Amino acid sequence: MINVIDLYKSFNGQMVLDGINLEIPTGKITLVIGKSGVGKSVLLKHLIGLLKPDQGQVLIDDVDITSLSGRQLQEIRKRFAVLFQGGALFDSLNVFENVAFPLREKTRLSEKEIKRRVYERLEQMNLSLDVGKKFPDELSGGMKKRVALARAMIQEPEIILFDEPVTGLDPPMSNTVFHLIKKTHAASNYTALVVAHDIPEVFQIADVVAMLHQGRIIAYCGPDEIQQHPDPVVQSFIRGEPDFLEA
Amino acid sequence: MMLFLLQGLALAFVPPFRPRRVLQEINQIGVKSTLIVLLTAAFTGMVLALQGYYTLRKYGSEGALGSAVALSLIREMGPVLTALMVSARAGSAVTAEIGIMRITEQLDALDTMAVNPLQYVVMPKLLAGLIAVPLLTAIFDVVGILGGYLIGVVLLGVSSGSYFSGMVQSVVPLDINGGIVKSLVFGLTIILVASFKGYHTEHGAEGVSKATNQTVVLSAVLVLAWDYILTSFFM
Repeated sequence: MINVIDLYKSFNGQMVLDGINLEIPTGKITLVIGKSGVGKSVLLKHLIGLLKPDQGQVLIDDVDITSLSGRQLQEIRKRFAVLFQGGALFDSLNVFENVAFPLREKTRLSEKEIKRRVYERLEQMNLSLDVGKKFPDELSGGMKKRVALARAMIQEPEIILFDEPVTGLDPPMSNTVFHLIKKTHAASNYTALVVAHDIPEVFQIADVVAMLHQGRIIAYCGPDEIQQHPDPVVQSFIRGEPDFLEA
Repeated sequence: MMLFLLQGLALAFVPPFRPRRVLQEINQIGVKSTLIVLLTAAFTGMVLALQGYYTLRKYGSEGALGSAVALSLIREMGPVLTALMVSARAGSAVTAEIGIMRITEQLDALDTMAVNPLQYVVMPKLLAGLIAVPLLTAIFDVVGILGGYLIGVVLLGVSSGSYFSGMVQSVVPLDINGGIVKSLVFGLTIILVASFKGYHTEHGAEGVSKATNQTVVLSAVLVLAWDYILTSFFM
């Protein structure tokens, strides 16, 4: 279980997270929605200690990671994987090396076993084995996301954070990525936090939905309930109405 | 920047050790800078010989040409020009590479995989700078002396024996040691500035361009400032 308690963060005097409280249940997919620039990725980066809050706690199984540093934080991070918005694949490594990277760095598996696991993951992501020899700049946006998902999944982490996993993809590819998230979650039952604003497609993968608005969580419920939520700001966002913040 | 340097160097003694990464960086920073260093060295030696010959001839001391070329190269021109060339070619590339890794979240990705980006990305480059720049400086000195030989001996007719014997008599171990110390300091300075600027890049592509620019300017100024400080120490 991940608990975010009274989290505050500002940049250059501008408040981004204004007292966030959020519960991310174990083994479920929690979706955080909200307008672009509202602080969803900032919240995600706090969950893995990439950013330190001005105030507040992030509890991972009752351990407050905001007070950890160095090796303690690295130990916690071994339980995580992150799918970054742009994939964050290493430019200097080919696809095979990118997916194998966590295994080569953090395990003592034989090259044969690493090869088996990498190819298994690529296959799971509907990627041909030839893709393994390509470099990230030779891949389409959808392929990059799937390679990044393969890399995130390779060590079978307990918790995966998805930062806008389908941004920039066409609708069929977005559905493919959502399908892969659903498929891998069903197989591994990891805890997931998905940050996205692709409404309503993203609701198909969520168990819990939280909406972030003006630095606070203003709605927290199931995907069906959120679509009936009484808050006009939530309704306006879900319907994609223009200028809902100013309304 | 000092803390960044100390952290980076200290991580060289912390496992996991990645000798292959250091070799890759020696190739990027050192081997790929060889051609530009060879060209600069040859022309520098040739110009030194040309200028030196006509100056020394006024005093009837053409025989001291070898000594003048060698001392200029070993004490000053070799370390400084090698450092400036490496800064322009490899320093800017290091900043751009790390800067792009920063803005495309590749450094964050390393962090989330519990791999220290300072240890994986920066430390091998610092070690490579320490190893490659002194070797390139040695190559610069030798090629510069040969360039001077080509102009002084082959073209202008200074005796080959006096060119080399003057060099042997005038160059003392302190000159060579001074050159080595300078190249070590310059190598570390260039890669430190380049890595630091890249690591702290902000604001997308414009930020990378700005950081790269700052790297070339700052490392050139620091190399020249260090050169004065170290020269006054060795004199």
